[in-house]
Amino acid sequence: MTSNIYDFSTLTGQIHTWLSGLMSPGWVTFTEFVLVGLVFLLAYALLGLFLVYAERKVCAFMQNRVGPNRVGKWGIIQTIADLIKLLLKELIPIRKSDPFLFNLAPFIVIICSFLAMAAIPYAKGLQAIDFNIGVFYVMAVSSLSVVGILLAGWSSNSKYSLIGAMRSGAQIVSYELSVGLSLLSIIVFAGTMQLSGIVESQANGWWIFKGHIPAVISFIIFLIASTAEINRGPFDLAEAESELTAGFHTEYSGIKFAFFFLAEYMNMFIVSAIAATVFLGGWMPLHIGNWEGFNQIMDYIPSIIWFIGKTFFVIWVIMWFKWTFPRLRIDQLLTLEWKYLLPISLFNIILIAFIVLMGWHF
Amino acid sequence: MFYLFSGIILICSLLTITTRRILRAAVYLLCVLLSTAGLYFMLKYQFMAAVQLTLYAGGIVVLIIFSILLTHHITHRFKHPDLVKLIMGVGAALVGAGLVFATIFSNSFQPASVQELPVDMTVIGTQLLSTEKNGYVLPFELISILLLAAMIAAIVIAKKEKNKNTEI
Repeated sequence: MTSNIYDFSTLTGQIHTWLSGLMSPGWVTFTEFVLVGLVFLLAYALLGLFLVYAERKVCAFMQNRVGPNRVGKWGIIQTIADLIKLLLKELIPIRKSDPFLFNLAPFIVIICSFLAMAAIPYAKGLQAIDFNIGVFYVMAVSSLSVVGILLAGWSSNSKYSLIGAMRSGAQIVSYELSVGLSLLSIIVFAGTMQLSGIVESQANGWWIFKGHIPAVISFIIFLIASTAEINRGPFDLAEAESELTAGFHTEYSGIKFAFFFLAEYMNMFIVSAIAATVFLGGWMPLHIGNWEGFNQIMDYIPSIIWFIGKTFFVIWVIMWFKWTFPRLRIDQLLTLEWKYLLPISLFNIILIAFIVLMGWHF
Repeated sequence: MFYLFSGIILICSLLTITTRRILRAAVYLLCVLLSTAGLYFMLKYQFMAAVQLTLYAGGIVVLIIFSILLTHHITHRFKHPDLVKLIMGVGAALVGAGLVFATIFSNSFQPASVQELPVDMTVIGTQLLSTEKNGYVLPFELISILLLAAMIAAIVIAKKEKNKNTEI
């Protein structure tokens, strides 16, 4: 199929040749590292700010309120003002805490989300690293962030923090299984773990449409389990405000609290990006089988807009979850995972393997 | 990069055994495992690196930290070990290190002339389940059965004995 989607690798290739004309290969690599790092940092900060703003607006509209509307047009600068306020706050050292681990914990959490961001394909040819085990890599890296949460809870030397960290640990460790199994089902369909390969395999239709009902089931399981994994409502037991003040980051202030806050929102973005990539085709436009004309028209929309659109759709669904359902109790939470989601997803995988063996999918 | 990673591994391994706070030891251990994963990435063996991250860093260290959280208090410190135990431990470690070094130095390493093989997931998967020569199907099944037995045993141990009184 001829495709006229703009390939970002031509742009990066041009930058590379331009830099190579200016300096020696070693410096070219170094400059490119710095450039990619800067782009990621900038994107990270801006996305984080925007997500906080979006969360407040979405929450407001769900509850029939207006939301932030004083600073700037539609309150759009509100989060920037909040950020400046957070940066100016005092960093309070906690007596009888473990200062080394206390200061280390926010960095572990934020580094993990950075590592995961590196492997996501943002648009055609726009991906920092394309591992041949992409999905597995993202899962491995995001499973590390629980270490940061546990350390934060322990080193604060506070009962609220410790209980929050324990809950969060139990929750993340158990829901990781369902996330992995639901991603595995699409890997079985696509036959590859490479994220770009998975996107390419959806050129004639997204997996959620091509994979019949099992794909829809695993999409729903992925949404539930990943919402739990990023500690968001209705699974936000780790920081249940009414019971634990703020859970594992009760004792943090200023920029360290901002790190936790930012990492939480960026984890939401990463989870949504993975959902969009694996189930909804990533940057691949909406293609239907052999309808060449329709596919050509869809190709005119740039791939990065497709990606952002799908990702923000999933983010909106996750926010919708949070403001619709009441919070679960810890035993209900673990029952949901171990007695319902896990058996369903195991059965689902067997079903999908059968479908793939018989060649029933498109 | 190699020296950076191996430096981190060496320093953190030393710190793991010399620190007196148990959770810090776990964190240093985590650093060691992460740097090992970094070495695998440098070897372009991404599958191994990801397995290292998920299993050791994401699984085992989290379990260790979890059990520390359940059993220890933050003010807890280990006592310094006895002199006799210390000497015996250091001696055993030295003997082990001597053996390893003797083996390494007696072997003359040659740079590999074989072409680099792409480590593909499908290759690993088919190799694991192949019944032909160099196939790993028998160890794979054995390990699966062992794991199953371990899981069933864990469930039996963790199971509450609800009807104990009614049966007697």
